[in-house]
Amino acid sequence: MSESPSAPLIHARGLTKRFASFVAVDAVDFDVARGESFGFLGPNGAGKTSTMRMIGCVSPISDGTLTVMGMDPKTQGAEIRAHLGVVPQQDTLDVELTVRENLSIYGRYFGLSRAEVRKRADELLDFAQLTDRADDQVEPLSGGMKRRLTIARSLINEPTVLLLDEPTTGLDPQARHLLWDRLYRLKQQGVTLVLTTHYMDEAEQLCDRLVVMDKARIVAEGSPRALIERYSTREVTELRFAPGVVDALDGQLDGIADRVERLPDRVLLYADDGEAAAVAVHQRGLRPETVLVRRSSLEDVFLRLTGRSLIE
Amino acid sequence: MTALTREVSTLGRVFEYRLLTYRRTYRASLFSSFVSPVLFLTAMGVGLGGYVSNGAALGGVPYLVFLAPGLLAATAMQTASFEATFPIIGGLIWNKVFHAMAATPIAPRDVALGNLAWIAARLFLVTGIFTLVIIVFGAYQSPTVVLCIPAAVLTGMAFAGPLAAFSATQHNPNRFASIFRFVITPLFLFSGTFFPISSLPASIQALAWLTPLFHGVALTRQLALGTATQDPVATVIHVVYLVTLAIVGAYLTTRTIERRLIRG
Repeated sequence: MSESPSAPLIHARGLTKRFASFVAVDAVDFDVARGESFGFLGPNGAGKTSTMRMIGCVSPISDGTLTVMGMDPKTQGAEIRAHLGVVPQQDTLDVELTVRENLSIYGRYFGLSRAEVRKRADELLDFAQLTDRADDQVEPLSGGMKRRLTIARSLINEPTVLLLDEPTTGLDPQARHLLWDRLYRLKQQGVTLVLTTHYMDEAEQLCDRLVVMDKARIVAEGSPRALIERYSTREVTELRFAPGVVDALDGQLDGIADRVERLPDRVLLYADDGEAAAVAVHQRGLRPETVLVRRSSLEDVFLRLTGRSLIE
Repeated sequence: MTALTREVSTLGRVFEYRLLTYRRTYRASLFSSFVSPVLFLTAMGVGLGGYVSNGAALGGVPYLVFLAPGLLAATAMQTASFEATFPIIGGLIWNKVFHAMAATPIAPRDVALGNLAWIAARLFLVTGIFTLVIIVFGAYQSPTVVLCIPAAVLTGMAFAGPLAAFSATQHNPNRFASIFRFVITPLFLFSGTFFPISSLPASIQALAWLTPLFHGVALTRQLALGTATQDPVATVIHVVYLVTLAIVGAYLTTRTIERRLIRG
């Protein structure tokens, strides 16, 4: 690798991916620094996976520039991939092989010796908390275990960058938290994480910095906290009204908050003091069925930027 | 490392994966590779062949000796056809293991060539065992019978290449049944395996000439009977035809798998 230590590990300018007439990624710019945990947040179809596949050198770029670890994916794909760990959206495990066999054969794909592969497989089984299941077939494992195995597998070549495409989609909350804990450890060990997600809590937990993607473009960039400060208020008051009441509300909430957002199932009041907004609602004689005051999240940022929810 | 050794080393990793998965079933597989020729040669070669006279059309040899090399070539075709269909879409669609490989330094070309190398190894095993059975049955006339092994491997690869290329364009196995029913089985029956194609109408004979199994059967039979030197032009035509198909097929497999793994 030839890049200087301060140069970005991943560098994209005007990065574009087209399929025939459809534009999946439309001239996006971003840089990922070494040791950083960087996220692409956006709904399904925003272009996150296409971007990841270009970084992973399994999809040629249509336009713009992209360098990964100072190298060009077009001509040095194999060299780049040698230093990447990839966790695809859908598991690509051989479910008829054992847990350990899946790890060791993957290590062999990187040209590691059998002895080296054996040693690393043992360490990774421990890391993924799968040592007890090492010699079991993969088929009967739970979704969370398969996901942990996929992550363990992606680490067999001791990658510089770990690419995680929707790492916890489809997992139950407990499995997600266990996975986040493992990823957090990797981050602390200095592994550069690049992940896509449509879960705002995941992005908040794991990302130092992220870009919000919508309709093939990047619509905002920053740390989760900076994005919330910039695009939302400190607090949000969520009101739920009986069916039909919301339509009859017109104008009655004006002036209570910085911004009022009407969703099909609830009304959001954006105000720095959520309690005060809730009191004001009450003083105007409105009787919502439930009132919830909470801190702003990336979900609110996304709503503000696109007018839509992340998960539709 | 030269480009060639690097290529061999990376496709070797794909080969190693196929070997690892084969280890799960190798006992049953080797057993049937041995039992199947024994049963076929006993029933059809010895049993049915007892009612067949050693006519000039058979080259003046007992039916068993006529049949054995034909069956060998046809078996290579069947083994290759199976290996070049289901495992290919399996790796592309069912368990997506080929996609996992493509995320590592292994290139799509290595995936294609590694799989074809594995099929060649499987063919070597199957046809080697078959040839051993032929020798035990005494169903040959020349020591060149051992060359039936590479000839049958080549026959198999003439099918494996084009079929693997086709498989890599498919999104489900639905068309495989049609291929087996309308291509592989008719070829098995009418390519000179069980009777000389000279007994077929002239128009069908011409058609048979165009099919790879006809050339595979003719080549292995020449080698088992030791008649290659009598008609070297035919031998060369058979080999060139089969090699061409195998190479064109391997090239197309590389292209179709590349397109599949490096899709957008």
